[in-house]
Amino acid sequence: MSDHDKIYSTKFQDKIERSTVLMFVVTAIAVAVGGIVEIVPLFYLPNTAMSGGDGTYNGTAHKDSKGNVVSMSRIVWSPATSEHKTLEDWQPGDGVRPYTALETAGRAIFIREGCYLCHSQMIRPFRDEKDRYGHYSIAEESMYDHTYQWGSKRTGPDLARVGGKYSDEWHRRHLKYPREVVPESVMPNFFWLEKMPVDVAETVQTMKVMTMMPFNPVPKAIYTDAYINGAKAQLEGKTDMDALIAFLQGLGNHIKFEEGVNYRD
Amino acid sequence: MEATQATPVKYDMEVVRWFTIAAAIYAVVGTLLGVYIASELAFPFLNFDIPYITFGRLRPLHTNAVIFAFGGCVLMGTGYYMVQRTGATRLWSNGLAWFTFWGWNLIIVLAVITLPLGITQGKEYAELAWPIDILIAVVWLAFGLNHIMTVAIRKTTHIYVSNWFTMGMLVMITYLHVVNSLAIPVSLTKSYSIYSGVQDAMIQWWWGHNAVGFFLTGGFLGIMYYFVPKQANRPIFSYRLSVLHFWALTFGYVWLGAHHLQYTALPDWTGSLGAAVSLAMIIPSWGGAMNGMMTLSGAWDKLRTDYILRFLVVALAFYAMSTFEGPVMSIKTVNALSHYTDWTIGHVHSGALGWVAMVSFGAIYHMVKKLWNTEMYSDSLVNMHFWMATIGTVVYVVAMWVSGIMQGLMWRDYDEYGALTYTFVESVSAMHPYYVMRAIGGAIFHLGTWIALYNIVMTVRQATAARGVNAVPAKA
Repeated sequence: MSDHDKIYSTKFQDKIERSTVLMFVVTAIAVAVGGIVEIVPLFYLPNTAMSGGDGTYNGTAHKDSKGNVVSMSRIVWSPATSEHKTLEDWQPGDGVRPYTALETAGRAIFIREGCYLCHSQMIRPFRDEKDRYGHYSIAEESMYDHTYQWGSKRTGPDLARVGGKYSDEWHRRHLKYPREVVPESVMPNFFWLEKMPVDVAETVQTMKVMTMMPFNPVPKAIYTDAYINGAKAQLEGKTDMDALIAFLQGLGNHIKFEEGVNYRD
Repeated sequence: MEATQATPVKYDMEVVRWFTIAAAIYAVVGTLLGVYIASELAFPFLNFDIPYITFGRLRPLHTNAVIFAFGGCVLMGTGYYMVQRTGATRLWSNGLAWFTFWGWNLIIVLAVITLPLGITQGKEYAELAWPIDILIAVVWLAFGLNHIMTVAIRKTTHIYVSNWFTMGMLVMITYLHVVNSLAIPVSLTKSYSIYSGVQDAMIQWWWGHNAVGFFLTGGFLGIMYYFVPKQANRPIFSYRLSVLHFWALTFGYVWLGAHHLQYTALPDWTGSLGAAVSLAMIIPSWGGAMNGMMTLSGAWDKLRTDYILRFLVVALAFYAMSTFEGPVMSIKTVNALSHYTDWTIGHVHSGALGWVAMVSFGAIYHMVKKLWNTEMYSDSLVNMHFWMATIGTVVYVVAMWVSGIMQGLMWRDYDEYGALTYTFVESVSAMHPYYVMRAIGGAIFHLGTWIALYNIVMTVRQATAARGVNAVPAKA
């Protein structure tokens, strides 16, 4: 018997090692399993903010301390059930809504400048994070975030609930020259954002694309043709700075959180 | 003994030479970018109010340069080198190999142009715009096809373990890149992911952690399994351990991504599952590290004189360290402290500098000697590079351990009245000395890459000059 015919492991392993096709196929199956088990259920289990379009979010049932289910219409804004019917009429606390035209432009700048590399948008359910940033973030709050912005690093503070925390003027000064407002800051100066007009055409196109998403699209009942057509007027004459501030000021105040409700399951 | 070769095989090595030189250059460029952005965090004036070089735009360029430019060229160069030598055959297609060389470098050039312009998809390590993503898929599949077909036409009976790891990487990176990059374009340079929120986060970290698991670990373990035995001139310690190492990592690593999302809006079961499998991965990872280390049994004295072997062995030590640290950080209670802090950055760099870059340079030096059939221009420069790489990595990692744990503790600290002790910005200013120290550690490592590039260029020149003098006609 030649040395090459001797089996040093098992018959099956030896067979795999002798066959390119078998090695390829077994490997391709082995690497697929983990991803399938962890990812696929997130598209149909509750508590993942996946909208099936029927308003039940795969049967998500957030319960209060008495065990009563909180209606999803109080967590995710729906023009059909809310007394506020349009994005212009929406009020903080009405529930999670998609971004306005100006916020959409601002979000593109947030991504372009890599803000997410230093600022998270995901508050964890810890006492110190509650005291520092506010109520923990829940899945529904990022359901319209195509390319989630949870981040992975806090070189700067979390921004999930920064909306309304500071005035527009504070943001403007801080974004222009951060160290004028916070001397210890290591953030770059972004004064040049004030000189750049927002990209109107791209923002309008982005909103159209958001209604075309296969998962959690913005409902056409919210991004109505009238709203998208009116976006141009909303964006005209605005700078990247205006847009970014609008985006920041809209973060985190969508849901009216109630004491005693478990929003995590 | 059917595998005995009567005549030496002629290999296609010119493309490997080019990948090797390119890798040495990208090591310099990638770490320079790293040192620069590290300095920006220590001294923010270095952003110079120029949009193209702010931290937010250069950081993706740094990660892309070190992972895909440096790491990619090392993987493709060594991949083509190993698959030919372990199979005793030439490449299935030398032309396709050149296509991957120029295609991959075109992608790198496009990254250098687009990322500073702020053209990004906003997904970590998958920032490049959608047309570049398509190009990546084409070049990657060409590399995969060429590699697998070369395995198929091998003259040996069995497929060598290095090629298993490369194959695992080829398949998994294809899955990851395609699924994670699915997006709807808004324009030629802008697109938005088809996933959102929870699903996007999980898919992103399935990608993010397996770019680490299959590109930076699996691919480089293939390198380890070839170059450690070659450089030590000993067979791998245990064949059976390598079988276990490969299948355990191939099946298990895929599950780990969820541990990046502990305590977020991702359902708890997913994060817990990710952490549980992470802990289980300590066993095969350490098995693999031991397998490499024990290959030196009876040859440890070589470490005194063989500087290339030093790179490979220290790389294994960092591999063992990082694959222990990672699972510890995935445990929920530890993660509660470490997540969002510099500890993560330190962990990544003990893997990236200590493991990936060290094992790469071990392989690069080994290949340079073989490819140009010469000795190194200077062995003492190899030794100097080794010490700079080691010291630089240690300084970097220690700085980030201290700053990361300090950050985590400051954020959660309460005073006697039950109020938060520190404002956020107090934690920022407390980081300053460690950010300086990190930049210094990185700079030491970076200077080492210049020494490597100089030494490699001089070696190639020396070999070329020698060939000119003693020109031997090529064998027919």
